[in-house]
Amino acid sequence: METKSTLWEVFIRSKSGLSHKHVGSVHAGDEVMALNAARDTYTRRNEGISIWIVPSAKITASDLNNISETLENSENKIYRHPSFYDIPDDVGHM
Amino acid sequence: MSENLFFSTIELADDHLILGHRLSEWCGHAPTLEEDLSLPNLGLDLLGAATNLYSLASNLEGGKRSEDELAFGRIEKEYKNCLLVEKPNENFGHTMLKQLYFCVFMKLFWNECNSSKNKILAGISEKSQKEMIYHIRHSGEWVIRLGDGTEESHSKMTEAINELHPYTEELFYMSEASLNCAKKNYLPDRLKIKEAWEKEIKDIFKEATLSYPSILHFQIGGRNGIHTETMGHLISTMQYLQRTYPGQTW
Repeated sequence: METKSTLWEVFIRSKSGLSHKHVGSVHAGDEVMALNAARDTYTRRNEGISIWIVPSAKITASDLNNISETLENSENKIYRHPSFYDIPDDVGHM
Repeated sequence: MSENLFFSTIELADDHLILGHRLSEWCGHAPTLEEDLSLPNLGLDLLGAATNLYSLASNLEGGKRSEDELAFGRIEKEYKNCLLVEKPNENFGHTMLKQLYFCVFMKLFWNECNSSKNKILAGISEKSQKEMIYHIRHSGEWVIRLGDGTEESHSKMTEAINELHPYTEELFYMSEASLNCAKKNYLPDRLKIKEAWEKEIKDIFKEATLSYPSILHFQIGGRNGIHTETMGHLISTMQYLQRTYPGQTW
């Protein structure tokens, strides 16, 4: 059977103030159908208040083969982690 | 009065239960995984509305029969659903068209029902109307894409229209009980929403490049308990559990 369905990545915002989070993917012929499919597949249990869908093919990903040049660079910059400060108790959860 | 409202509520409840059951038959058989989740999900919306309606009917009857007994304990002739909802699923496009016909009708019906003098019906209508808007979006978009799709999908949709359209007139059928309820502002007059229904279906058909048929002979009977031959098979599957283990709950 010939199929022209596209793969779409689905992002859900669980409540206002939080960012959209990747939850999975759906197959659909176009963006309207992809939104419907995402709604029925990923918001069955009150998961969110907003849905984004993005064609998977439009996502540019980092290359796994270049991982050392791309990401390891920050490994020895430990001073970027805020772990050298005492946090006052009054601040509470950070 | 409560007797008329009881019969009219049963008509509504049966429509929802039977169409919900038909949708549940797609579970595990839909053309894609996404639709396999969607179709039973739409069915559950209808089943939810049916539960509320049977519960109301049970109260109107003074608790003589529970909502489960009303849903699963009657014989074929006692079901008053319109014939449209019991039509077998055939193919996916056929199911989407049936869903569109019914849900456009129910959206308009619930919209009128918001001002019902019966507070429970007004409450059910508010929740159900929102669900119907989504069902129309889901089924309508499919009808548009299948109608305006390939030669094969277009011809299958045309076949579905030819087969199902004659069953739509019964949506507007006013039984004696319904006439009585309309007079007392418990339920809307079904005939009043016919024009709006036709317009909405015509608009979708236009976008789907499908022609709206002119039907001379409509099929009715369900509201009087006269069903098509498939209804008995549907009921035997649907009632299996309650017939085998009477009163079983979970």
